[in-house]
Amino acid sequence: MSSPKTNATKAHTPMRTPLGRVRGLGAARSGTEHFFLQRVTGLGNLILAVCFIVIVISLAGSSYEVARATLGNPFVAVVILLMLLSVTLHMRIGMQVIIEDYVHGEGAKVLCIVANTFFTVAVGLAGAFAVLKISLGG
Amino acid sequence: MVELALPKNSQITGGKIWPKPQGATKLTEFRIYRWNPDDGKNPSIDTYFVNREDCGPMVLDGLIYIKNKIDPTLTFRRSCREGVCGSCAMNIGGTNTLACTRGMDEVLVKGIVNVYPLPHMQVVKDLVPDLTRFYAQHASIEPWLQTDTASPEKEWRQSKEDRERLDGLYECILCACCSTSCPSYWWNGDRYLGPAALLQAHRWLSDSRDERTGARLDNLEDPFRLYRCHTIMNCAQACPKGLNPAKAIAEIKKMMVERQI
Repeated sequence: MSSPKTNATKAHTPMRTPLGRVRGLGAARSGTEHFFLQRVTGLGNLILAVCFIVIVISLAGSSYEVARATLGNPFVAVVILLMLLSVTLHMRIGMQVIIEDYVHGEGAKVLCIVANTFFTVAVGLAGAFAVLKISLGG
Repeated sequence: MVELALPKNSQITGGKIWPKPQGATKLTEFRIYRWNPDDGKNPSIDTYFVNREDCGPMVLDGLIYIKNKIDPTLTFRRSCREGVCGSCAMNIGGTNTLACTRGMDEVLVKGIVNVYPLPHMQVVKDLVPDLTRFYAQHASIEPWLQTDTASPEKEWRQSKEDRERLDGLYECILCACCSTSCPSYWWNGDRYLGPAALLQAHRWLSDSRDERTGARLDNLEDPFRLYRCHTIMNCAQACPKGLNPAKAIAEIKKMMVERQI
C-alpha cells in the first residue's frame, strides 16, 4: 500500500541531491565474509545436527551413567563442541541480518547487535563449558 | 522500525462510485486508488465501470477509457502502450506489472480490477509514484561502459559468446515493478539498491568490454547495498519482461566470493 506522506529521508536535508543521498557514506566494503560464513555454517549445521540427532537417538532410554560416559567420549564431545560453534556463529549472523532488516533507529540497532553478540557468546560458552565438564570429568 | 500500518494520513477512506456508462451491456468494474496532494484528504478508492464494447482488452485501455470518458482527473503515467517504456507500472490485482501488457480478464479478483500505485513509494498523485530515488539508485551503479584503455578507432569489440552473456540483463526497462515488490526494498530502500539497480549493475559487471569490474564490485560490497537481498524472489515473479533480478544478484554475490577465495 502506498503512503503519500512517509518520509524516509531521515536526517538528510531536503536540499541534498537524490544521488548524494543514495551514495550516503559510501560502500562499507564488507559483507561478503558474513555472507560466505552464513553458508559455510549452514552446511556445518546440517552435517553436525545429523550427527547430534544420531547421538541423542542412540542415548534414548539409557541410564544417566551411560549418557555421561557417551558424552565423555572425545569423538562425541568434539562433535557437540563443533556443533555449538557452528550453530552459535550461524545464529549470531542470522540474527544480525534480521536486526539490520527491521530495526532502523541507529542507537537501538547498535544496542541490539551488541546484545545479540553477548547472548550468542554466553550461550555458546555455557554449552561448551557443560560439554567440557562432562568430558574432562569435573 | 518496519511500518506495519499506514500513517494516519495515508489510510484509505471511502471513495466515489461513478455512474455506469449508459446503454452498455458488458461492463468491467475498476476500483482505483485516488490521492490528491492538493485537497488535504486521505486516499480513497473510486469505483468505475468500463464499457468493454467500447474499449481495448488491456488494463491500460480501461484506464484511458476512464480518463477520456468518465473522470479526466484520474492521473497515471503511460506512453508506449506496448511494454517497452515502463511508464505504466502499477499494482494491478495485487501484483506489480505494466497496465499495458496485462489483460483486464487476467487480473479479475471477484470480477473487479483493483489498481493501486507501486507499493511503498511516496505518491505524487493517484497512480503516480515518486521514482526519484529509484532513478538515483540506477545512476549510482554508473550504468555506462567504463574503460581506461584509449578508445579504439572504430568500436569496442566483443565476441558473440560475450554478447550473449548480456541476454536477460539488457532488456530491463526500469519500470520499478521488481524493486517495489521487494520487502527488503520496502524496509531498507534508502540503503539497499534494490533488484532493478542490481540487475543493471550485473549487466555492466558482465560486459566483456568494461574495464572497471573491480571498482564496480567495490561500490556494491556493502551489507545494505547488495546483501539486503535475501532471495525472496518477488522481483523475478513481478518482472513484466520475464527477467530474473534475483539470479543476477546471486551472480554478483558469487563474484564477490570469487575474488576473495
